[in-house]
Amino acid sequence: MSLKSKLHELKLKYQGKKMAPAFNAFHTFLFSPDETTHAGGTHVKAADDLKRTMNTVIMALVPVLVFSMFNAGYQHFSAINGFPADFSLMNDFLTWDNFWIGIIKVLPLVVVSYGVGLIVEFIFAVIKGHEVEEGYLVTGMLVPLIVPIDTPLWMLAVAVVFGVVIGKEVFGGTGMNILNPALTIRAFLFFAYPTWMSGDKVWVYGARERSEEILAGANVDAISGETILGYLAQNKGAEMTYSVSDMFYGFIPGSVGETSAFLILLGGLFLIYTKIASWRIMVSAVIGSLVMGLIFNQVVDFGWIGESSKFYGLMSFDFWKHLIVGGLAFGIVYMATDPVTGSQTNKGKWYYGFFIGFISVMIRVFNPAYPEGVFLAILLMNVFAPTIDHYVVRGNIKRRMNRLKNATIYPKDSDGKAEELKAETV
Amino acid sequence: MSKDIRIKKGLNINLVGAAEQTTSKAVLSNVYAIQLSDFHGITPKMMVKQGAEVKAGEPLFYNKNMESMLFVSPVSGELIEIERGDRRRILTLKILADKTQEPFSGTALNVENASKEELKAVLLKSGCWPFIKQRPYDVIANPDTTPKAIFISGYSSGPLQADLDYVLQGKEKELQAAITALGKLTPGKVHVSVGSGKSPLSSMNGVELHTVSGPHPAGLVGTQINKLDPINKGELVWTVTPQDLVVIGECLLTGKFNAERTIALAGSSVKTPKYYTTKIGAEISTFLYASGVNEENFRVINGDVLTGSKSKPEGYLGYYNNTVTVIPEGDDYELFGWNKPVFDKISATRALTFSWLQPNKKYDLDTNTNGEHRAFVITGQYEKVFPMDIFPMQLLKACMVKDLDEMEQLGLYEVAPEDFSLTEFICISKQPHQKIIREGLDLLQKEIG
Repeated sequence: MSLKSKLHELKLKYQGKKMAPAFNAFHTFLFSPDETTHAGGTHVKAADDLKRTMNTVIMALVPVLVFSMFNAGYQHFSAINGFPADFSLMNDFLTWDNFWIGIIKVLPLVVVSYGVGLIVEFIFAVIKGHEVEEGYLVTGMLVPLIVPIDTPLWMLAVAVVFGVVIGKEVFGGTGMNILNPALTIRAFLFFAYPTWMSGDKVWVYGARERSEEILAGANVDAISGETILGYLAQNKGAEMTYSVSDMFYGFIPGSVGETSAFLILLGGLFLIYTKIASWRIMVSAVIGSLVMGLIFNQVVDFGWIGESSKFYGLMSFDFWKHLIVGGLAFGIVYMATDPVTGSQTNKGKWYYGFFIGFISVMIRVFNPAYPEGVFLAILLMNVFAPTIDHYVVRGNIKRRMNRLKNATIYPKDSDGKAEELKAETV
Repeated sequence: MSKDIRIKKGLNINLVGAAEQTTSKAVLSNVYAIQLSDFHGITPKMMVKQGAEVKAGEPLFYNKNMESMLFVSPVSGELIEIERGDRRRILTLKILADKTQEPFSGTALNVENASKEELKAVLLKSGCWPFIKQRPYDVIANPDTTPKAIFISGYSSGPLQADLDYVLQGKEKELQAAITALGKLTPGKVHVSVGSGKSPLSSMNGVELHTVSGPHPAGLVGTQINKLDPINKGELVWTVTPQDLVVIGECLLTGKFNAERTIALAGSSVKTPKYYTTKIGAEISTFLYASGVNEENFRVINGDVLTGSKSKPEGYLGYYNNTVTVIPEGDDYELFGWNKPVFDKISATRALTFSWLQPNKKYDLDTNTNGEHRAFVITGQYEKVFPMDIFPMQLLKACMVKDLDEMEQLGLYEVAPEDFSLTEFICISKQPHQKIIREGLDLLQKEIG
């Protein structure tokens, strides 16, 4: 007996039972179901389903994940030994040593994120008797990529439980949530454990341990893992040694997966090409961030603020470089385009994306204590997305109401005649 | 003034098994049936008893809410069975046909000189009225009302639909009579849309002729109404399909209700897909097995694959259908169906699906849902195949939560379930759009009327 028929028998056995959703989740992972179209609908259906859609997003994230595993090691060793003098991709970056750091530091984050999140999803599916939905497949991949590398695993687990339950399940599951679950998890971590989420010791594996050793009296050099935005926020831009190509290709410290603007750009192009993510949101968010960046550059050019201002470092930062440092690119491509929490109308997507870019750069500059604004900007716009859609839809309704003035309505043929017709036939 | 309708948003679903343009006469069916599910919202009151002899065109029942509206038998014979369902609701009326077909006596009418009232009375009495549908609500028109315009789509853009240019050949006289008659029922215009000048409908008098082009749903009458003269709250438009115009026209010219029509038998499960002349209500097996089927496990669809109803070989040709489609059932599992590249199915995305590479390739689709039912997640997909100035997802959601104000404001008056067949086809969440819209329309009609 083949695996297919064995599983089919098991499925029939579990049908109607409490554990059916859990079994079906595994079953449909292996085999797409034997369900046929119902009466009263179309008899054929297109090839795509939600699993395929989510899988496409994951495929766009895999290069970023692999890069981040190498970068974890690269940043770690560079922080200890200094950056290599003439950098070679094969000898200095794509090395087994670097990858090993990725395996021991990044992979556990992925495993905890998926493990804890999917357990919560399964529990909810079984309790509520609905199928396990695919939304977490993407969330589970996003979460490890947007946290600092030294995030303790228990912390991540607590945040994932919070994010999935409060961010998604209380609203009714995938498709019903108001806030992006991955960003809800990130926000929870940030506000619950701020010392682990910002500063100059969390972005590079080993930095925190080393500083604790120094505090304990060990005679070793401190290692710094300051991000570019961190340098700029402290007006220490001059001390920074990263070149523009380092920023673009992502050989810089930062949250696990946010650093490589290049691979994120490729992922974004892939998502646009496959028609899974909205190009409108991505394009307008890029425009929004450039506009805000330009405004700040102009403020500096006009001499309205001087070098003594605490905002000088970030405001004078070339406007287009905002896109290749920090989490802005990652947020625009993978987070802002979440269809559930984003704006749902095509016109609304333009406004939604624009304000994400605009507000991200604004928060970045005016919040030097924590110089990253993209997750707050997206969460804020998640809240406003229904309002934006409301006004776009109102526009359509207004057009329809205007048409109503010219409506041609004829009265009924009058009661008498209907009676006559009746008498004639019966 | 005629207006060309060019549709850009949409999707052509090219399937294997288009009917070849040759017509055979189908074997005479022993039993003909009227299926009440074809007449949405009609409560029948029987006029003849089981076992009674009826003639072709003799009334079988009337509409309980509009007693002048008669429904007639397509053939002469004996009413052998009244099949009932829950609470004795009538489902099917079966008529055992006589060897010699006797027409029910009716009177021909001079369409040119007839008044509106005369025409209405004849159409109601002869059983032709149910061919006239109204929007909003997509139900049989209320004869007590006057529509602002009448729309006829002579262009079939749906998958494997009967080619109207072909099946209407030589029916110009009947079409003209019916169109002249309909023109008298409205102070407005009779809009006729054709795909090209080849259509027999393009030579009609007394109509506004439009040429439509573009992908499906360009041929759906709802799309054309939306582009030409959208329906506002309180307004009425009527629609008739061209093959039903032929029946109406013949009835007016000769006084006889002739249920004969040319239908397309199509689909990848049919060995030799082609056209058949048969009658409304004929058993599908009378022509299905003449063409032969390719496989054991197939589905017979009364209509096209997007809007038709599920039937079986022993089923009967629907009242409004001119297409019968037979495709393979897809009740089988597919290993890693959700993540492997797909070359043999149609998709509106490129998520490892490659139908966009060959837009003209013909596909052999089965009835598998290709995934499970989910909440609405993806946005912006429906808009790409929905040419009306309506927000499809917002309207669907308004129907699901039964928000009457929103349903009204978002344009539910303008749509019929079939307008949502393409969005249902591409829906990633596999939501039953047509059912949602149907229930929304029913609710709106009940509450607002």
